[in-house]
Amino acid sequence: MASVSSRTLTRSRWWTWVSLAWVLAVVAFVGCLGFGTQSIPYSRIITVVMESVFGPFTEQGLGDPTSVILLQVRMPRVLLAFFVGGSLAMVGVALQALLRNPLADPFVIGISSGAALGAAIALLFGLGISVGSISALPVCAFAGALMSLMIMYRISSAQYGFSVYTLLLAGVVLNAIFSAFIMFLTSIADPNRAFGMYAWLMGTLTGPDWSTLGILVLYLGAGLVILGMHAQSLNLLTLGEETARSLGVEVERVKKMVFLAAALLTGAVVSFSGIIGFVGLIIPHAVRLVVSADHRLLLPVAGLVGGMFLMLADTVARTALSPSEFPVGVITALVGGPIFLWLLTTRQTQLGMK
Amino acid sequence: MVVDDSANTVGYEVTHMINDQFPSNVAYSLKDVAFSYSKGKRAESEAVLKELSCLILSGRVLGILGPNGSGKSTLLKLLARVLQPQKGAIEILGESLPGLSQLDVAKRVALVPQETLQVFPFTIAEMVLMGRSPHHQGWGGWHWEDSQDWAVTQNAMEELDVAHLGNRLVTEVSGGERQRAVIARALVQEPQILLLDEPTAFLDLHHQLDIARIIKRLNRERGLTVILVSHDLNLASQYCDQVLMLNHGRLAAMGSPQTVITPEVIEAVYGCSVLVDRHPQSGLPRVSLPV
Repeated sequence: MASVSSRTLTRSRWWTWVSLAWVLAVVAFVGCLGFGTQSIPYSRIITVVMESVFGPFTEQGLGDPTSVILLQVRMPRVLLAFFVGGSLAMVGVALQALLRNPLADPFVIGISSGAALGAAIALLFGLGISVGSISALPVCAFAGALMSLMIMYRISSAQYGFSVYTLLLAGVVLNAIFSAFIMFLTSIADPNRAFGMYAWLMGTLTGPDWSTLGILVLYLGAGLVILGMHAQSLNLLTLGEETARSLGVEVERVKKMVFLAAALLTGAVVSFSGIIGFVGLIIPHAVRLVVSADHRLLLPVAGLVGGMFLMLADTVARTALSPSEFPVGVITALVGGPIFLWLLTTRQTQLGMK
Repeated sequence: MVVDDSANTVGYEVTHMINDQFPSNVAYSLKDVAFSYSKGKRAESEAVLKELSCLILSGRVLGILGPNGSGKSTLLKLLARVLQPQKGAIEILGESLPGLSQLDVAKRVALVPQETLQVFPFTIAEMVLMGRSPHHQGWGGWHWEDSQDWAVTQNAMEELDVAHLGNRLVTEVSGGERQRAVIARALVQEPQILLLDEPTAFLDLHHQLDIARIIKRLNRERGLTVILVSHDLNLASQYCDQVLMLNHGRLAAMGSPQTVITPEVIEAVYGCSVLVDRHPQSGLPRVSLPV
């Protein structure tokens, strides 16, 4: 194979990075299971994980309290963190490519608050309960995310030469409008419900069960397949819509599909975990620097690293002040916010802001 | 049908051609093409291109000239089907342009935009390799590059003298290097027609000459039809076989540089009088501003 460049993507390079990321994700997953109010030795954790995947093979089986803690409490929560973090990172990657803006993040540009508004409406009007087998909550969150994506896109394509700053400003304003609606809704809600909503809005990963995880995985799966198959189109879109079109991309169709996927992922994630900011900003940036800007590799690796990041962040959130815990959104904002500001002030040339 | 490209072709009639047999030496034929960025009622009054009809011959270098806002870049985008005209018909190499898929267009025409911006850390090699994308029909666009893609890319990068920049980031290289890399990307599309939007606009004298010579060489050696938009009348005069002058979205003049780059045409289109003499080496028109 001719080597035009050692840094371009080949199949073997793809497999190397993706396998490495998977191995690290599994290690982080098992590592995070070990933290909690009750200490459980890692030998036991590994046995339980193996038994839960391949069926019981020890005499003890999966009926003892340790197994129950692991399987019913810690594992769903750590998995939720993994799914949420991974999805947010991949939505970040897709939005950044589509808007050609490395600072785009579902939280920063107001997509998450759109989804939260949808979810809040569902919660307050009691649509949180399932209608048949379909839960109305993620559907409403999806609708909210889609709405804010459309608004954001209309704003960004309304005028030629739309700047990075304008986009961020529009995101801030969109966030403010949606937050106002949410505050209004919580203020008229009954206090018990409102308290639950506040906790949820701050970004929390508490208390999922296996069936909620199942629903989440359905949404995420659909979103991921759509994003994954458009990876190469996203590469071309970073060159600008006109150039992408001249390279054979059916830009309008691709944009619609990617928006749909981004709304599916954001809607599902927000309805289960509230607003967790900045994961979609810092993870893609870091992975691009270390691994590749090619979306065929960037998407899966950013997803896995995003999942790892949120698993670790949530482990800190639930154990640092044990037995009480604080919202994981606090950690992601405290880590991500300063990085965002640093990028904003140091990378102006690269961001096309000068 | 004889196509006389040396004649001054103001108001060229192509009505018969589009319906009749399509000559093999025609790259594009445009008939009554109109385009507007506005919609609805304002579309007519704010049209960027109006009633544009012309034939563009293959295997030549055509320069599209005209004042700011005369519709040069818009015309180029219509030819690349980046934009679609509201009225009129465009045929490319004997086929209806709207009838082709975006991928099929991309295999016939490559567009070199005026400026290549990139905010993400893609390397030059990655960017050039993206030109191979039209040759893959992936599910939603997903594909892996094969050995042929690599070979074509390697060749094009060597031809444009950017092979040594493969690992550099698009944002790190100079404007001239980036422009050469973008032309390399256009070449790996293996098009029959190369469209360039002000290819020398942001370059110094040395790089302007460099790009102009590359364009001429690609036209001669690969038989590429080249259509370029330029503000530089002298560059167009020296390097184009034909020039097309636009004025307020209408075809003002079309023909050889000798017939179009004249004090009369320039006065009529740009609204200023200039001196036109002969280039000492080529004898082609040379435009100088009056004192």
